[in-house]
Amino acid sequence: MITRRGLLGAGAGGLLLSGCDRPSVRSLLESAAGLHEDSQRLIAGKQALAREFPESAMSPQFRVNGSREVADSGYRAHLAEGFSRWRLAVDGLVRRPLALPLAYLMALPQREQITRHDCVEGWSAIGKWQGPQLSRVLDLAGLLPEARYIVFHCADRFGTAPYYESIDLVDAFHPQTILAWRMNGQPLPLVHGAPLRLRVERQLGYKQAKFVMRIEARTSLAGLYGGKGGYWEDAGDYQWYAGI
Amino acid sequence: MRDGQPIAKEPGGGDLVRRHRLSTRLWHWLNVVALTVMLMSGLMIFNAHPRLYWGEYGADPDRPWLEIVADDKDRGVLRLGSLAVETTGLLGVWSDGEGRVRRRAFPGWATIPAGYDLAAARLWHFAFAWVLAFGLLCYLLWSLANGHIRRDLHIDAAEWRPAHIWHDVKQHARLRFPTGAAALRYNVLQKLAYAAVLFVLLPLAIVTGLAMSPGMDAAWPWLTELWGGRQSARSLHFIAAFALVGFVIVHLVMVVLAGPFNEVRAMVTGRYRLPGERGR
Repeated sequence: MITRRGLLGAGAGGLLLSGCDRPSVRSLLESAAGLHEDSQRLIAGKQALAREFPESAMSPQFRVNGSREVADSGYRAHLAEGFSRWRLAVDGLVRRPLALPLAYLMALPQREQITRHDCVEGWSAIGKWQGPQLSRVLDLAGLLPEARYIVFHCADRFGTAPYYESIDLVDAFHPQTILAWRMNGQPLPLVHGAPLRLRVERQLGYKQAKFVMRIEARTSLAGLYGGKGGYWEDAGDYQWYAGI
Repeated sequence: MRDGQPIAKEPGGGDLVRRHRLSTRLWHWLNVVALTVMLMSGLMIFNAHPRLYWGEYGADPDRPWLEIVADDKDRGVLRLGSLAVETTGLLGVWSDGEGRVRRRAFPGWATIPAGYDLAAARLWHFAFAWVLAFGLLCYLLWSLANGHIRRDLHIDAAEWRPAHIWHDVKQHARLRFPTGAAALRYNVLQKLAYAAVLFVLLPLAIVTGLAMSPGMDAAWPWLTELWGGRQSARSLHFIAAFALVGFVIVHLVMVVLAGPFNEVRAMVTGRYRLPGERGR
């Protein structure tokens, strides 16, 4: 009986100590992670909206996270000019590649939403975001049938690695997925990702790409940087689906 | 057999009797593993942002009700409201296995993984969350079906009487545990403790955990609103976890006091030797 308990203890201990170092343990744990996306999509459906809040519920100060500025000289030139000659590139698997000025994005029909930003670390901040829905921009470009993912290429870098993120078409065409150029009633501040930041409200903070320069439609995420679909997914092993 | 009591065939002190069903034993040992992983990976997740808030939002510019950090003099500090306790060596500032000073809330020996790794901790936590939640669900349904809840956990009117509860508290304080046939049944404090874990703490931990997920918040907004917001849910999740730790500590102390060999045998094989009458 003691032996059996000892065995159980040793088994549990061995499992714990080996941690994620063992590829077999890791792949087992990651297969559970796949369940989260499927079960949440099943429960929420494609169109369930993230909660929106009244102005009175907003964080007095919205925590700045990730890159606070961008070193790239091309970006800095645009920043100095107030992004007046900056263009958002939309390319990849689209019928009509686009280069959209900020003024054009501002002139599209707008969506304003006060939502909660949930960081993977556990903190939350509530802010007001405004911009055109991503779906409008994608419809302008016309996705080709083989497009499965939308990738956001950003101006900021961590060391030598550029920041990027990606979402699938369910979230890309979700009504609350917007390209925000305005935050809390002001043009998007530099520290929060000027001139343009993705808001994909049903997922965690690292999906909310800042300093978005280019939107690319792709069939697969393989072959792009680390192949896992985002900077933190590649560098920190965060899960690509960040609904949990 | 006790004198003067009409208990014809009831087993008495010294008899080896069947005590725990297979479902109870399986669930118990599954929980030993699942709760250990959930707690230790949860402490690592807490280390990523070692502050707790009430309400919907809460981040560094906001005021936490609890935080475990390194202060400006490089001492580990646990702050609870306006109360501050120095915790250097244990919480906030501690040395790892190689003697390096680390500035994280919970020490490496208490977390999964031992070194800071939020992504890996989340993998462990969310994978074992399925084990914990579906383990509990299956056990509750099974215990409802086989009568375990009605027969062994149901607290009847006589047991709810304050005098009866107070008597049980005094017996526990004197470390006088039931003997003979009386030891076959859970006493009222045991029932209250097990019911609190089964029906309050474990469900609370599971539901507040789900409430923190932005995907779940979109699917079932009431789940987060119920607790007053995501940060309140996170605080309650932490409180539920530490209440469970408190239960486990008391549980282990009671096992040791009541006779660890007999108690562990009962939870492994199901067979339990009824304690003899006092003084025998």
